[in-house]
Amino acid sequence: MATITPDTQIDIGHNDDPSSNYLTSSRGFLSWAFTLDHKRIGVMYLVGIFSSFFLGGIMALLLRLHLFMPNGLFPEWLVNNDTYNQLFTLHGAIMTFLFIIPSVPAALGNFVLPLMVGAKDVAFPRMNLASFHLWVLGGIFFLIALVTTRLDTGWTFYTPYSIQTSTNVIAATIGAFILGFSSIFTGLNFIVTVNTMRPPGMTWFKMPLFMWATYATAIIQILATPVLGITLLLLMAERILQIGIFNPALGGDPILFQHFFWFYSHPAVYIMILPAMGIISELMSVYSRKPIFGYTFIAYSSIAIALLGFLVWGHHMFVSGQSPMTAVIFSGLTFSVSIPSAIKVFNWLATMYKGNINLATPMCYALSFIFLFSIGGLTGLFLGALATDIHLHDTYFVVAHFHYVMMGGTVIAFVGGLYHWWPKMFGVMYNEMFGRLFCLVVFIGFNLTFLPQFIMGSRGMPRRYATYVPEYQIFHQLSTIGAIVLGLGMVGAVTVLIVSLFKGRKAPANPWGAATLEWTCTSPPPYYNFEHAPAVGSPYDFSDLKYDPQVGGFVKDPEAANKPKTDSHH
Amino acid sequence: MLSILADASSSMFFPPERSTFAGDVDRLFDFIYYLSAFFFVAIVAVMVYFVLRYHRRKGHVETPSASHNEVLEITWSVIPSILVGFIFFYGFTKYLDMREAPENAYEIQVIAKQWSWQFIYPNGADSDELHIPVGQPVRFVLQSSDVLHSFYVPAFRIKMDCVPQRYTSTWVIANETTGEGIEKDAHEPYDLFCAEYCGKDHSRMLAKVYVHEQSDFDLWLEGAANYLEGIPPEEGGEKAFKKKGCTQCHSVEGDNSAKYAGPALNGQWGTERNVIPRGASSPEAVVMDENYIRESVREPNAKVVVGRKPVMPVFTPQLLKDNEINAIIAYLKSLK
Repeated sequence: MATITPDTQIDIGHNDDPSSNYLTSSRGFLSWAFTLDHKRIGVMYLVGIFSSFFLGGIMALLLRLHLFMPNGLFPEWLVNNDTYNQLFTLHGAIMTFLFIIPSVPAALGNFVLPLMVGAKDVAFPRMNLASFHLWVLGGIFFLIALVTTRLDTGWTFYTPYSIQTSTNVIAATIGAFILGFSSIFTGLNFIVTVNTMRPPGMTWFKMPLFMWATYATAIIQILATPVLGITLLLLMAERILQIGIFNPALGGDPILFQHFFWFYSHPAVYIMILPAMGIISELMSVYSRKPIFGYTFIAYSSIAIALLGFLVWGHHMFVSGQSPMTAVIFSGLTFSVSIPSAIKVFNWLATMYKGNINLATPMCYALSFIFLFSIGGLTGLFLGALATDIHLHDTYFVVAHFHYVMMGGTVIAFVGGLYHWWPKMFGVMYNEMFGRLFCLVVFIGFNLTFLPQFIMGSRGMPRRYATYVPEYQIFHQLSTIGAIVLGLGMVGAVTVLIVSLFKGRKAPANPWGAATLEWTCTSPPPYYNFEHAPAVGSPYDFSDLKYDPQVGGFVKDPEAANKPKTDSHH
Repeated sequence: MLSILADASSSMFFPPERSTFAGDVDRLFDFIYYLSAFFFVAIVAVMVYFVLRYHRRKGHVETPSASHNEVLEITWSVIPSILVGFIFFYGFTKYLDMREAPENAYEIQVIAKQWSWQFIYPNGADSDELHIPVGQPVRFVLQSSDVLHSFYVPAFRIKMDCVPQRYTSTWVIANETTGEGIEKDAHEPYDLFCAEYCGKDHSRMLAKVYVHEQSDFDLWLEGAANYLEGIPPEEGGEKAFKKKGCTQCHSVEGDNSAKYAGPALNGQWGTERNVIPRGASSPEAVVMDENYIRESVREPNAKVVVGRKPVMPVFTPQLLKDNEINAIIAYLKSLK
């Protein structure tokens, strides 16, 4: 089998000027829209997913404001039960399909992964571009659903309601179907890139853990996403042709839909959280200046999570009427996933031991992640246990739990990773003080939003309610205030980055003293990433990196390189 | 919030325990809660300590230490495994108790529909609010007449989905009455929610649960079964008309707009109307009389009024008894 090497790629718009980089090597809209450069595709994804995040975030704020009063804050003509249902549906669908699934793999992963292997691009640059174009197309279908008759099924499209509702289920499912292909293309590209393009010397157990995490993610993307695609096709067929697969009135089975749907959508949770864990592994190590503790356990735990994640989908259906035996089996399997996640948390903590901890903004996000993800993970125990799940299922306890995992976990890690790689991506340093300040605002706002939801959920407040009985009002009000703070924090965090594009000082090649290969090229990287193929070392050996005040960043210390190593990676 | 914490019958995390399951569920919850709190505090404490102890400052450098330690790592994999094994075991044994109702349980049929609840009792009585006797196993047989719903009573800690074309069930023993007598004002009923999203008025699909002493319950049940007795038929018909949800789709004030899915019913008695018989393509005229009303209730799509969609649900004898139809006919006759 022919190996794909970076040299086989076609040179488009290459500029021989040594001062040029991938941002300036060619200009104009078309040079971006049809670029084959993984870095530009990553940046375009970044713009795309942040637009989606903004849209989904506005909807979240509207929802929360509406819930400030038991019968709704907004007048009927503005937000009634119908509009509320559409808002939470599109909030969920946009955040899941358009933002969080592509966030780390497609935006950050695309940019970082080829640099980490010291290559010029991913294995299939054209497929990479196609993945982005499909994402845009899928997003357009969501916008069609949004501006036409909207969508009110919940992001889960549960039958038979999704077959009966008059809203635009077809547009939204076509959108999600196309986005599935986008996700598969990204996953396929990563698997082939990691398998075939690692440089000599980078064995599996010398890969940075971010690569392990994205590799594990890619396996799920390829195996699980087709199931969603087929399910959505069946749903469309059901709506158009009335063939009775899921519609009980025609002899179909609505529980079957739930099995199909969660067979994708539970592993999708790991598509979201695994790469985030990969980011945290990098951050904890770099900012503590310590080799990651228990590398092998972390690497294997990623694969374990990816595989076990396929076996637990039934825990979404404990009260659906499935047999008690099925419920017991799924409950047991569910707990098995908690162990590799716990292992990772302990390893990250141990990494800080005896380190030299730099509380830069990305590290603040990483610490915030450990706090929030621990809450998210531990509250999963209440939901995995059958007796307590019966009471908590479909209440705000679940809403709070998955927001702690998805947002407190993935989004926080994503923003931390973005801050970490930002100097590499755009060649500028941001304002540390404001970076840390808004990290704190996000942290406070987040907890104020979602902690009260655990309490109201365990007190019985069901989810997806446009109106509610007054006894839950205080919790909703705290949560709404928290959401406003969280929103401001997020806007602030993004503003710090955008301001740095115009006012930030020039970034050195290696501002943080990281040992992975992406930090050996200039910031921002040249069009072809590296002048010379970088030499592969241990990704977590910082002993020969020394801060140089003149450069404003870390450089190889020739003396340290000759000294005998007291601390090796293995 | 303080008033909630001060309420001695409930904890911060829970509504009052009002079923025999509730105590078990809450104890398991508390166990997981304290265990999680312990691990969470430990994780955050270690994290904060390390940050304070090892943060970057002048003259501070990192010190080499082991990059892995198999004994430590296996320990912190095995201990959590044992603990979650414990949680799993308690979770599923209590759950099995909650799934299997005793054989002598009193059985109530629950029909969920967009967007109301209907409870049908063994003597044929029915109600839109749930009434049960205290201290007695009560089994709920759940059905849905349209989409998915979920039957949820937080005070009992029970929840089960209602799936169209399928029966599911759950059961409970209530351990305290909500009040004395059969007058509603003397009770403080529990909330009954729909927990599975079911469309527009999902959040308004609420009902109340009344728990009675057995003797009060029997009294209530008899009254509910015979609610048409002792009152004039028109008055009984009006009660039945409202109770069965007819007012959601039929105006009795002449409003024929699209706001109501069905035609207005006042002043129509004995007049002709254009209908499309099932399977026919051209309309024909029928007189609105006793037979037409009865047919329209039992087989709504047999003759649909021109310009209306065939959306009326079927009212089986279980849902609407013959004497109720008779009363409704008397009521419709009286409407001007």
